[in-house]
Amino acid sequence: MSGIFEYNGGSIVGMKGKNCIAMACDRRFGQQMSTITTNYQKVFKIQDNILLALSGLNSDIHTFYALMEKEINLYNLKENRKMKPTTFANLVASSLYERRFGPFFVTPIVAGLENGKPILATYDSIGCKSDLDDFQVGGTGGNYIYGACEAFFKPDMSPEELEEVIGQSLVSGCDRDSLSGWGGVVYVLTEQKLTVKILKTKQT
Amino acid sequence: MQYLDNYLQSKGGYDYTNVKRNELMKAQGFKEIPFTKTGTTIVGVIFDGGVVMAADTRATAGSIVADKNCEKLHPLAPNIWAAGAGTAADLHHQCAHFNAKLKLQRLNLNRQSRVNEVITKLTTKLFPYRGHIGVALIIGGIDSNGPQLASVSPHGNYVYHPFQSMGSGSLAALGILEAKFQDGLTKQQAIDLAIEAIEAGIFHDMGSGSNVDVVAITKEGVDYRRNIRQFNAKSHQKQIPYHFPANNTPALRKYEFNFEKQELSEIGQEMEIIE
Repeated sequence: MSGIFEYNGGSIVGMKGKNCIAMACDRRFGQQMSTITTNYQKVFKIQDNILLALSGLNSDIHTFYALMEKEINLYNLKENRKMKPTTFANLVASSLYERRFGPFFVTPIVAGLENGKPILATYDSIGCKSDLDDFQVGGTGGNYIYGACEAFFKPDMSPEELEEVIGQSLVSGCDRDSLSGWGGVVYVLTEQKLTVKILKTKQT
Repeated sequence: MQYLDNYLQSKGGYDYTNVKRNELMKAQGFKEIPFTKTGTTIVGVIFDGGVVMAADTRATAGSIVADKNCEKLHPLAPNIWAAGAGTAADLHHQCAHFNAKLKLQRLNLNRQSRVNEVITKLTTKLFPYRGHIGVALIIGGIDSNGPQLASVSPHGNYVYHPFQSMGSGSLAALGILEAKFQDGLTKQQAIDLAIEAIEAGIFHDMGSGSNVDVVAITKEGVDYRRNIRQFNAKSHQKQIPYHFPANNTPALRKYEFNFEKQELSEIGQEMEIIE
């Protein structure tokens, strides 16, 4: 048996653009070497301007997403306003650190737009927030996607170009990882809309 | 009154509900992912009238560089800063927690925070956790007792010394400090010494790298220089950057959710859908 994070497999990537932000994930849900389904959702829309991508153990992905949904719904009801992306990013960090000695096996990426400015944060499984880079990766194929991102990325891209670049980075990276792939989904968030593109990969 | 239960559940402190499950998984043979550590070189140097602290900016997860430019110098009080090595999540959250705790104390007592207060609070918190909270800190500050520099280990041990280094690159940095430190340095001399010590750590230790951050604390105030020295800046631009034409990546389906109208629509099919 390998690591807990390699049990289900999966990869996610987030990228900043000019007043826009993109997130991409693969679609595989496996149990070690077997593939169970090829349409598993790993990116969740928490709010109109916040996306949460999760990779790692799928049961913890589901639990953590449910926990975050609960937190944001309670916040909306109590405060009667929307949550800011930077606030949500801190909430994810605190929620992960709360379980410091019994962690969730997830590596989240939070993407959002705050007053038009893109916010991107990634975490290790115990809540170390890292929000300075222009792109973040997670999951079993993450290291391969790093390479592709370093090559393809340019600062201040338009939404259309960002969509292409993040899609190509994801597909290039996942092609080298046996536990990720079976399709890809690209989410591009701007102030006006969220575009969702289901990619056609080698095996879809 | 269900919401009360939920409220009381998150009273604060650590949540241990997943521990049993995780232990079972470990017993079955699964290996855990390495947490982000700050491999790190951090140093502190006392000079005439204050204290200088410096750190590198690399955060590692196993052998991968997780963050090329992270911040390892954390303010605990307007006159006290901490440089941290160890598990990055612990460092970030513990320093944020102590910052808030000290601020509350200052508001209550209307007194400046002192370095020995910080050391006591830190060590009394860390010792009961038997080293499991992985923070190795260098605490430096200036208060009514003058400039002070101390290091705190994850198990709760502390040492006061005019120069300190911690982290995986500490031995490399210590070589520079032992050779070149003397009493009565000026502020600029201390900054230069600290940068040189971090440089040694960056080049000789795999766990440290990228840039150098420096903070100088004196009675007049705090001088924080983020990325004062950059050793790993990109040396060249791509000659022919990649350029992807629009709609280059084939799509099965494309949807659009408009926020103002709050409606989902499907955008025209680029390819024949094979289901």
